[in-house]
Amino acid sequence: MMTDFFLKLRQAGIPVTLTEFLTLLEALSQRVTAHSIEEFYYLARATLVKDERYYDRFDQVFGSHFQGLETLFDEIIGARVPLEWLHKLAELTLSEEDKQWIESLGGWEKLMETFAKRLTEQEGRHQGGNKWIGTAGTSPYGAYGYNPEGIRIGQETSRHRRAVKVWDRREFRNLDDTLELGTRNIKIALRRLRRFAREGAARELDLDDTIRSTARNAGWLELKMVPERHNAVKVLLFLDVGGSMDDHVRVCEELFSAARGEFKHLEYFYFHNMVYEGLWKDNRRRYTEKTATLSVLNTFGHDYKLILVGDATMSPYEITYPGGSVEHFNPEAGDVWLSRLLTAWPHAIWLNPQPQNRWSYIPSIQMVRELMGERMFPLTLEGLEQGIRALQRAR
Amino acid sequence: MSESRFRGTDRYVATDDLMMAVNAAVTLGRPLLVKGEPGTGKTQLAEEVALALNRPFLQWHIKSTTKAQQGLYEYDAVSRLRDSQLGDARVHDIGNYIVKGKLWEAFTTEIQPVLLIDEIDKADIEFPNDLLHELDRMEFFVYETRQVVKARHRPIIIITSNNEKELPDAFLRRCFFHYIRFPDKETMERIVNVHYPNLKKRLLSEALEAFFEIRDVPGLKKRPSTSELLDWIKLLVAEDIPPEALRGDQRKLIPPLYGALLKNEQDVHLFERLLFMSRRKKD
Repeated sequence: MMTDFFLKLRQAGIPVTLTEFLTLLEALSQRVTAHSIEEFYYLARATLVKDERYYDRFDQVFGSHFQGLETLFDEIIGARVPLEWLHKLAELTLSEEDKQWIESLGGWEKLMETFAKRLTEQEGRHQGGNKWIGTAGTSPYGAYGYNPEGIRIGQETSRHRRAVKVWDRREFRNLDDTLELGTRNIKIALRRLRRFAREGAARELDLDDTIRSTARNAGWLELKMVPERHNAVKVLLFLDVGGSMDDHVRVCEELFSAARGEFKHLEYFYFHNMVYEGLWKDNRRRYTEKTATLSVLNTFGHDYKLILVGDATMSPYEITYPGGSVEHFNPEAGDVWLSRLLTAWPHAIWLNPQPQNRWSYIPSIQMVRELMGERMFPLTLEGLEQGIRALQRAR
Repeated sequence: MSESRFRGTDRYVATDDLMMAVNAAVTLGRPLLVKGEPGTGKTQLAEEVALALNRPFLQWHIKSTTKAQQGLYEYDAVSRLRDSQLGDARVHDIGNYIVKGKLWEAFTTEIQPVLLIDEIDKADIEFPNDLLHELDRMEFFVYETRQVVKARHRPIIIITSNNEKELPDAFLRRCFFHYIRFPDKETMERIVNVHYPNLKKRLLSEALEAFFEIRDVPGLKKRPSTSELLDWIKLLVAEDIPPEALRGDQRKLIPPLYGALLKNEQDVHLFERLLFMSRRKKD
């Protein structure tokens, strides 16, 4: 029974290790609890869960395991609708008139409301058609279909990628800094970042080394200096989210998570495709809680190093024209804003998750690269290393 | 067994899950990592555990410059150099210049002590990793004197973190973990009662009402916490504010002595604006 519980926790995505599980067993054998289920629950939680973010998941797994309720797992994984309903089975294209007709269906609020209602009404898998939740239909709820105000469920990538306007507004994911640094790749990247966090002028007396050198020098005093021990590097991280960045969510999460652990002075902001007058810190509230780029410019000093992460894959209008943004009307063009950023923070690089051999085929990448003064690097280990070297170079 | 169980003290209200976590950590001799909002009594916990279990209490405050080695021992080379110039006889024994750190102290006390490692997230990222072996084995090696310092008893170690940095997984694996949740209304009442046993019932309920109302204001930069509530109540009692002044519907202004609760002028502005708007709605 215990082993099953352990496995279920892992399945639910809680990073539990064998050591912790053994600790729990040890605690049980030492009779820390008085054999009540509540005490056992507290004990198990203190032993197995090391982050309050997982408390909720843990509670659900615990509940389901110890009361025989199996079905709560849906909620844990976050998909209330079974994913196989939404598997891509057919495609659909609509004419302009159809699009306009669908647009008239009502606002966002109403959609969510009906969505909840529909979910309770619906009982089976559905495909096509225009009411139920499923795939390839024109109902506003579902995936792989077309509806300008649709709610997308369980579809990983955007399909109308190159359209100048993004039609369906979806819930953007927050980059999850909780992601484990599992891959060896990112650990190496972490080391690279760390090295650049440790450098500075040698100003502090290194007592140990001075003594050692003096002794080696037969008593002649030899002073040794070391750089002050600090993580003084200040980093501003601007991340592109949503749209074409969906393909790169994983690698960005890993980078973000590594950076969060590494720098004391790390500030991050999100943008979409291109930086304009507003940035945001929380994707769920991106429409209500925007930070003015101007105030960001004024808040952080020149000594911050700027790292932009984005695929720079967009329509050229988004860079060069006022009002070119896919999401809102921007009074000033993206390139104006980008050059402002570069003036404020001369140490800047752009990390691009797109494979480098594709860059030359996408005009917008070329444009951004030019704006950045060639300081665009692929989001790979090698690219990261080059980028960090470029950041360190005096300008 | 019974005397080594922590059940809270007459000054500190511990919830069931917190008690369980402390007792598990005490029984198995592993560190307990405590996180939670600022002002929920993380640091105080260790003191109270020491008091309740009647153990000596040691405190190690971590700063951004603290290194793991400082918790073990430091070799005072400068005073040895000075002594050698003065021809002091002490200079021949290097042991005279080894300054014990908090962890060493904790390892060598007569009775099992409680050691608080406060705000571990303030230190360098390597800090927790550098302590892994010491916390695991409860022993370390002194290079200068070639001696191994071993713990006589595994100290009860309580570590607090404010979540400014992620702690390494290897470190987390060795700890018990507890997140101090913000207390609900009943717990809060118990906490206030413990601190001000003679408080008038009405004042308490009005104050709590106003307090939770402020906490629920969306978008506050710094939400007031338990310690701020306690300060505020202290002020209310000292100024002899009547309970009516805290009433929500009669209140036309922000609560009296709000400075104890709101620590940021933007928050005060925000709160004033919200009050203004709600008043306009009523009129």
